[in-house]
Amino acid sequence: MKYTIMINEGPYQHQSADSALQFTRALLEKGHEVFRVFFYHDGVNNGTRLSVPPGDDRLIQKEWSELAKEHELDLVICIAAAQRRGLMDADEAKRQGLDADNIIEGFRISGLGQLIEGGIQSDRTIVFGD
Amino acid sequence: MATKKFMFVNRKAPYGTVYALESLEVVLIAAAFDQDISLAFIDDGVYQITKGQDTTGIGQKNFSNAYKALGDYDISKMYVEKESLEERGLTPDDLMNLVWEDEDDDYKEKSSIILVNREEMAAVMAEQEVTLSF
Amino acid sequence: MAMLHIVNKSPFEKVTFDSCLGHASAGDSILMIEDAAVGAIDGTVFADKLKAAMADKSVYVLVGDLTARGLSEDRLIDGVKAVDYAGFVDLTVDNEKTQSWL
Repeated sequence: MKYTIMINEGPYQHQSADSALQFTRALLEKGHEVFRVFFYHDGVNNGTRLSVPPGDDRLIQKEWSELAKEHELDLVICIAAAQRRGLMDADEAKRQGLDADNIIEGFRISGLGQLIEGGIQSDRTIVFGD
Repeated sequence: MATKKFMFVNRKAPYGTVYALESLEVVLIAAAFDQDISLAFIDDGVYQITKGQDTTGIGQKNFSNAYKALGDYDISKMYVEKESLEERGLTPDDLMNLVWEDEDDDYKEKSSIILVNREEMAAVMAEQEVTLSF
Repeated sequence: MAMLHIVNKSPFEKVTFDSCLGHASAGDSILMIEDAAVGAIDGTVFADKLKAAMADKSVYVLVGDLTARGLSEDRLIDGVKAVDYAGFVDLTVDNEKTQSWL
């Protein structure tokens, strides 16, 4: 079955970021197709490469990044939500005249249409949030 | 692209968190995809469409007028739950006048607000194909 | 055309769970995850509400969330089924629709 996952909360602040990751892993293990993972609201913070949690804690952003690499996942950060919260890829940072970018490998920044398209194309759309 | 029944469930008051504002942004994009869109206002979500919102005291932009524009995007189904209003001491008179123009009826202006009780709201929810909650 | 309702709020803190119960239809399933898992055990002020809902709905709890909060499966209300993430996935397959109560 084809799935789109929506994640609305950032890592560490709310368990929904962990739940979404665990759920997506379980989906892949069962052989389902993940059409897209869409990060919205504070969920965009799952895509920063500048997090440095204590050594004995999980690094959720890296786990997503590695999962994306292994399964060729399409991880999309909403551009409007990202701009509000300071998440930038190199192109966007340049366009905004900013001196840094911070998204981790495996994520891309795009518009809300990607979420709606996911909802249309997928058999199931599952939302994780607060 | 296929048309699906999308429902946006709004359960939170505006301004205290960003969910209401960013939900509205998703609704506007969904409208551009020509989907069959419904909005549900239950629990504290009913405060999103109260009239007379004045944000001058809190340093945030008042975005309530954006709900009035939804009719221009052919979004005409805004389900509001009676019980949620009553529990909060509100009546339909406390809500903004949200309308759409019916092309098939000489562009007559019609109310977008559909008052339903909890049981009817549950039935509307059961009909949806994609439910996004905020 | 059954729906899976996913709840993640403790019924002791927020009205979300009540709202979910008020809008779920007969034949639907309810899955309690994250903080909502604490509502799955017997002997709470919430238990009777959940038992009433179970007359015509199926109720599940994500077991990892239950045990993470120091609660064991033997304290579950009779009839509440414990599932792992694989079971969570199966519930989203078996129910044509999903609604998250955030």
